[in-house]
Amino acid sequence: MKSEWVIAFIIFLLLFIKVGTEMKNDQLLSLVQILLLVNFIAGFFFNETGSLFGGLFTTNTLMVFQKSVLNLGVYLISLLFSGWLKKSEHMPEFFILMLSALLGMFFMISSGNLLMFFLSLELSTIPVAAMANFDLEKKVSSEAAMKMILSSAFSSGILLFGISLIYGTTGTISFAEIPALLNGSPLQILAFVFLFTAFAFKLSIVPFHLWTADVYEGAPIAVTAFLSVISKGSIAFILITALYKVFAPMQEAWYNMVMLLSIITMIVGNLFALRQQNIKRFLAFSSIAQVGFILVGLSSNSIQGVSSVVYFILIYVFSNLAAFAVAGVIAQQTGKENIGDYKGLYQTNPFISWILALALFSLAGIPPTAGFFGKLFLITAGASKGNYFFITVAALNLVISLYYYLRVIRAVFMDKNEHPVEKILLDPPVKLGMIICAAAILLVGLLSWIYDYITSLIM
Amino acid sequence: MNLLLLILLPLLTIVTILLMRNAAQVKWAALLGSTGQFILALVLLFGFRQERSAGNEAQILFELQYNWFPAWHISFHIGVNGISVAMILLTAFVVIAGVLVSWNITKMTKEFYCLLIMLSLGAYGFFISLDLFILFFFLEIAVIPKYLLIGIWGSGKKEYAANKLALMLMGGSALVLVGLLGVYFGSSEKTFDLVTLSQTHIPIEIQKICFPLLFVGFGVFTALFPFHTWVPDGHSSAPTAGSMFLAGISMKLGGYGCLRVATYIMPDGAKEYASIIIVLSSIAILYGAFATMMQKDLKYINAYSSVSHCGFVLLGIGMLTKTAMTGAVMQMVSHGLMTALFFAVIGMIYERTHTRQVNEMGGLLKVMPFITTVLFIVGLCSLGLPGLSGFVAEMTIFMGSWQNPGTFHRIATIAACMSIVVTAVYILRAIGQTAMGPLKEGYENLTDATWNEKLAAIVLIAGIIAIGLAPFWLNDLVSPATEIIMQKLGAVHP
Repeated sequence: MKSEWVIAFIIFLLLFIKVGTEMKNDQLLSLVQILLLVNFIAGFFFNETGSLFGGLFTTNTLMVFQKSVLNLGVYLISLLFSGWLKKSEHMPEFFILMLSALLGMFFMISSGNLLMFFLSLELSTIPVAAMANFDLEKKVSSEAAMKMILSSAFSSGILLFGISLIYGTTGTISFAEIPALLNGSPLQILAFVFLFTAFAFKLSIVPFHLWTADVYEGAPIAVTAFLSVISKGSIAFILITALYKVFAPMQEAWYNMVMLLSIITMIVGNLFALRQQNIKRFLAFSSIAQVGFILVGLSSNSIQGVSSVVYFILIYVFSNLAAFAVAGVIAQQTGKENIGDYKGLYQTNPFISWILALALFSLAGIPPTAGFFGKLFLITAGASKGNYFFITVAALNLVISLYYYLRVIRAVFMDKNEHPVEKILLDPPVKLGMIICAAAILLVGLLSWIYDYITSLIM
Repeated sequence: MNLLLLILLPLLTIVTILLMRNAAQVKWAALLGSTGQFILALVLLFGFRQERSAGNEAQILFELQYNWFPAWHISFHIGVNGISVAMILLTAFVVIAGVLVSWNITKMTKEFYCLLIMLSLGAYGFFISLDLFILFFFLEIAVIPKYLLIGIWGSGKKEYAANKLALMLMGGSALVLVGLLGVYFGSSEKTFDLVTLSQTHIPIEIQKICFPLLFVGFGVFTALFPFHTWVPDGHSSAPTAGSMFLAGISMKLGGYGCLRVATYIMPDGAKEYASIIIVLSSIAILYGAFATMMQKDLKYINAYSSVSHCGFVLLGIGMLTKTAMTGAVMQMVSHGLMTALFFAVIGMIYERTHTRQVNEMGGLLKVMPFITTVLFIVGLCSLGLPGLSGFVAEMTIFMGSWQNPGTFHRIATIAACMSIVVTAVYILRAIGQTAMGPLKEGYENLTDATWNEKLAAIVLIAGIIAIGLAPFWLNDLVSPATEIIMQKLGAVHP
């Protein structure tokens, strides 16, 4: 429970500061950054494992690590988007909402019961919808929030229906008791499909991805980054528990489903990303394709599947946040969000160009960046079933994705432009965040003990 | 000798280049680094020969192994056999020449040299790796620098060419990846280790699926027909050093992979598909030669002739005899040196005349004797003049091919031989038009090669002549390694 207590403490602290003091945005932001850093570091000490409240809340070493990954992502967001955050009038509220969502995710990862899972899922979704509305003057921002809240309400409805069917057929909602009672009856398969649909909505798996691009485009970039990295990461973590523990007896049934959805998700995400002009929509579709790859790893149903997914998400946090950060600073200072505007960026801004290039290469899975190892292990895990058709599709999708990532690289490094984006001055925290991301992208893959550490947590 | 040096030295060079302040320092740092590589490669060669003459008959020398991702049984396993030593030597020759001919680059010098050295890093890593995972890792490392080299410093339709090259090569490596995973899960050992895999039996059904995947995947790199289309565009749009690296090193990654990985660990698959390989490579040889006849741009001439010459490499592998395979490796080395030199000369001429069209040039021998002499040498090497490396390599392949009885192999050999005539036609015509005849207007004040260009040319010519006049040292180096591959092939179907 310790990580949850720390987050709750920070939320209340921010609430008191907001109400009781007249602290300036700058100071407050630095304070929050320090608090989040402390929170991240604290995640590695004094961890207890076990279960509480009669199995409602369970935790083990892997979950502790997963929470640390999310903590790290939130800390990086506070660094990378500090330019935007500083200008926002409602910065404390932003962090209160974000941390509430994070708290929800923590409970979700640790949930040992479908009820707890449902509650924490809601806690992790509703604040994000409020965050999407954070550009108060912009219509698109409210539109994004509206779309998000409606689609998540819809998916929650389906989830509840699925939970009720599970309860109806097995008579329990505890994760520990469900597997023994699953017999693969059609009703249970239907229940599983409904549950999976809810996951698919949050992870924006095709064909449940339609809200993604609009919400990503409308929401402020910091929120988009949170949605695409932290939110997706947490759902992928709980999906591991759902598929590997709760629905383990129905493995035959879900393998085909996951495989099929993975193929469609990769292909659709990639094909739609090919022609996007807006960088946020572009990253939205690329993140859909990334989820397709996560499903490749998940389909393996082995220890390697778990470790490769967790490892990939760790890498994905760094790569995607770095890409969003670059898009964020450019949009913040010039208002430009189109890939066409990035032409000639290297001439004026070599530093952020290299950060963007590293991030995109990592997303594309080019060595020596960490993304190469992440993608390769996902595919290797997926290949353990010996389904070569599936693996070939995944490998060819890597090539398609390279095409559109290279489009951005080409605009930045090769295309000429009369009026490139002018020299951008980076705040020190933004620069620090970018350097952390870049170093991680270069090192996380090469340092193999990180992967070993993750594997050792599962044993 | 510690093989890690071959990876660490380029890495160190890249870091040094990044720390340098101005273009001159960058160039000298790069030259120093590539000289270091050259020396290392020579030390490796002599060290290797010394070990062999001291009676060390081990299959792989200078082996090192570190644990890396034990969960997947991946280890950082490196070592060399004769084939790898030959390829490393070739890489070192081309790198130093490439650095020298790029001396006048003014646009983003630092980035340019960094990418060049990074490409060489990928090549060294590829040639020394004994674990298929790190082999794949280094194979892919070498792709993106090529993309950037062509896209930023290239000419003509550079963005199109860069995209095409990157996507086709990545497509090739995607096939390689699937093939590797098939081998990994198909063998009983669950390992990527090349040595272990070569000692275990891979079921024939797996070989039938994975051999074509690996062979075609690597084949894309080495212009296997019909996946050769990136070659002409890529080579002609790249900057001079880029073309040299592409044709001299990068295409050899594919040939090495086809031989050392695909054929070595899956001999059954190789036997199964040998006839298809022979047909495709014969087509590439003839098609490349005839396509070259129609070209008017010097770079296109060399690019298409590279398709033809690399066809010989695959033909040698497909023939499955020891002599032909040794010839294939010799052809890789010879073609690497020759084509790098050819592109270097074309670059030198282009820098002066600002055209690469053959019919716009003439009489260049009068104003730049050194450059045109080099052009003659390289042209004669390309058409297979005895005394130069091209003759030795192609002759060995033909000898090896003829050892196969049967009409099919004979017809393929004869067809491939015919390309030599065509080669002579286009080479002599191109050189004749460029160098001979009256000097065209406006070319009177052109200067001859500068010191760096001369040095680059001399290094490569030294290599070509060393193979041409004394082929036995290369043969001694390579043939024990091909012998091992042949033993594996022979063991399957007696």
